Amino acid sequence: MWYGWTGNVLRVNLSQPLVTIEVLDRPSAENFIGGRGLGVKYLYDEIDPAVDALSPKNKLIFTTGPLTGTGAPGGSRYMVVSKGPLTDAIAESSAGGAFAMAIKYAGYDIIILEGKASTPVYLWINNDQVELRDASHLMGKTSTETEIAVIAETDPDAKVACIGPAGENLVLFASIMSDMGRAAGRSGVGAVMGSKNLKAIAIRGTNGVKVADNEAFLKAMMETYEAIDNEDTEHFHQHGTPSVLALVKEFGSLPTRNFQTGVNPQWGKLSGETLSTTIATRHKMGLACPACPVGCGRVTKVTNPEFAGEGVGPEYETIGLFGSSCETNDLDVVSKAGFICNEMGMDTISAGAVIACAMELYEKGYLPERDVGMPLNFGNSQAVIKLTEDMALRKGFGKVLADGSYRLAKRYGHPEFFMGSKKLDFASYDPRGLQGMGLGYATNSRGACHIRGEVHDLTLYSVQHWRVTIDHNVGPVDPHRWDDKPVLAADVQDWFCIIDSCGMCNFMFFLTLNEDHARALIEAATGIDMGGHKGLMKTGERIFNLEKLFNLKSGLTVRDDSLPKRMLEEPMPDGPAKGMVVHLAEMLPKYYSIRGWSPEGIPTPRKLQELSLE
Amino acid sequence: MAKGIVIDIGKCTGCGYCELICSFIHHGEFNPLKSRIHSSVFIDKSMAIPVVCYQCEDPWCAKNCPAGAISIDKDPDGEVSVVTVHKDKCVGCKMCTLACPFGCIVVSDGYAEKCDLCGGDPQCVKVCRSGAIRFEEAHTNVAAKRKNVAERLLGSYQEE
Repeated sequence: MWYGWTGNVLRVNLSQPLVTIEVLDRPSAENFIGGRGLGVKYLYDEIDPAVDALSPKNKLIFTTGPLTGTGAPGGSRYMVVSKGPLTDAIAESSAGGAFAMAIKYAGYDIIILEGKASTPVYLWINNDQVELRDASHLMGKTSTETEIAVIAETDPDAKVACIGPAGENLVLFASIMSDMGRAAGRSGVGAVMGSKNLKAIAIRGTNGVKVADNEAFLKAMMETYEAIDNEDTEHFHQHGTPSVLALVKEFGSLPTRNFQTGVNPQWGKLSGETLSTTIATRHKMGLACPACPVGCGRVTKVTNPEFAGEGVGPEYETIGLFGSSCETNDLDVVSKAGFICNEMGMDTISAGAVIACAMELYEKGYLPERDVGMPLNFGNSQAVIKLTEDMALRKGFGKVLADGSYRLAKRYGHPEFFMGSKKLDFASYDPRGLQGMGLGYATNSRGACHIRGEVHDLTLYSVQHWRVTIDHNVGPVDPHRWDDKPVLAADVQDWFCIIDSCGMCNFMFFLTLNEDHARALIEAATGIDMGGHKGLMKTGERIFNLEKLFNLKSGLTVRDDSLPKRMLEEPMPDGPAKGMVVHLAEMLPKYYSIRGWSPEGIPTPRKLQELSLE
Repeated sequence: MAKGIVIDIGKCTGCGYCELICSFIHHGEFNPLKSRIHSSVFIDKSMAIPVVCYQCEDPWCAKNCPAGAISIDKDPDGEVSVVTVHKDKCVGCKMCTLACPFGCIVVSDGYAEKCDLCGGDPQCVKVCRSGAIRFEEAHTNVAAKRKNVAERLLGSYQEE
């Protein structure tokens, strides 16, 4: 009997086409939980990691966790797992929303999409009735237009995930959009969907999710809910993720001018409080994802005719990249760029980053104006908007930008201006002021990601009690110290593997950091014994190591666990982190050793045996 | 005056936590379709509005029940008044669902069911962080609304 999980896998071969419903592999479910873990397990078992990410041999896997669809706070996440075309590494992009709930309510834990449709199609899942429908009339439509059209053609209660024109045009950082404004953004999972000729997935589910122990689940659920109801989440509740900006600025880590400095004197124009009092609509708040007591999403309206628009966002990362790194310092411009990214279906981080990178190349004289077709100095708002539109359509210079900043910087002979790791752009934190973030950027499986090992949050939110495998009390975590970061980074990464796999939103945890709550919820939902704190963390470690194995087989090496020269050699010029570089060379060997990996960053046979991964 | 569920339109974020806990408490599973409170999400307008039984003083459902299975129950202190379906009398004829103008009573598994205020301690209210649904005396809410209007008038009134 399955509790928490539905026990069903929906497999859709788009080439044949053929739809099958399979039983979920029980040992995989118990060892990898769901979401990110189960996704990487299925992908690793089913594809050769060395395949071209945009070929029909790659698979696109939508996964949920055992807590998705339950009342676990924030239990409304789905994860898209694939090989990423931007990074050539494992891609795991998550979004929250009703679409995630619908997967579970329709009766599935996982949806595996394989092959490639010969003509554009969309998938219509009405509980156990599954069909592929023609989508040729939807091509070129924006994400909102697509969603409205698909709902009209299927069912008013259908929940939709789709790609916009960017996904169709194989923009390497195209996202998958759902629930009119939620995004599975990073690594280019939208391009994978586009490469399969799959425009959208619509789901209507009417079943419920049952848990193994109702009484224990209710208790764990209410305890978690009460723990979340605190001051830090209240800030998110009131101002959304843009509230982070004021915290990051305190550490001199707000990326400015393509990470040339972490100090932006104009930060006040971009803060969460400014957003709340200017462009935010609807009593400041947007709609929350299902089961979420935080509700970080914003809805904004820009009236300035030059950048007019209305929609979901912008969230902190969008503001950091489009606002500060491109130095537009204007929330109207940031919101407009964000609206375009949402409608076109593009990752706002990589889209903002590639423009910032182009701006630096331009200002330093390496990118000629005739290539761009316009001046491209930092702060050129008109250029930012024009290029954001063009890259989605691969028009003009947009065609070059659509391949991301790693390829852009390389093309113009200056790879050192790419700010990221594993070809994935940095999120909106300069790691020189946050050493733990530096190690995380370099070692996270999907590349320079801010939500896979949030060591920096221990500092940002003054967490002093983190249950590290070795020591429980970490005290105030000094962001400039590097000797304590390897153990913290490994532990936090393993922990985030659990959060990303159980089906809950990581925003529930980085503010409260209580793994006992997660374990109690997973155990009460599924009826399995996670083996206490150690067993839980071991499961996280297993997931992280399997991702590493995937990356190694796809051709990544120790050289990919790296950071740009600027982060390692150019001291931060000013601000609270003045004089700092990321001490990666000091941290990495210690980190590998803690992980039980060789000096080349390869998991040892002994470690793999310990994790039952041999 | 009796307490009831009071809805503050405009505060709802559409998270549907109320639906999840309601279905779990009453049906032992998480399924918004089995909830007795519903938050209708208007995604394109970024709005959500919760709808639940208003515990009418003179309920249509009770008036039209041929089996006499619906009554108004009050607790001894008169603090809570709840329109109650008595399962032993209900025949599942669905007259109540036809009569209720709000769609807040349905027949499921052979019996009529509706919000029972969880015996005077509604669980949905406990998990509504934004305060869109509250359990209080209805006139408190009405008085607050009047005060709100008065404050707006005050703001617009400028003495020369």
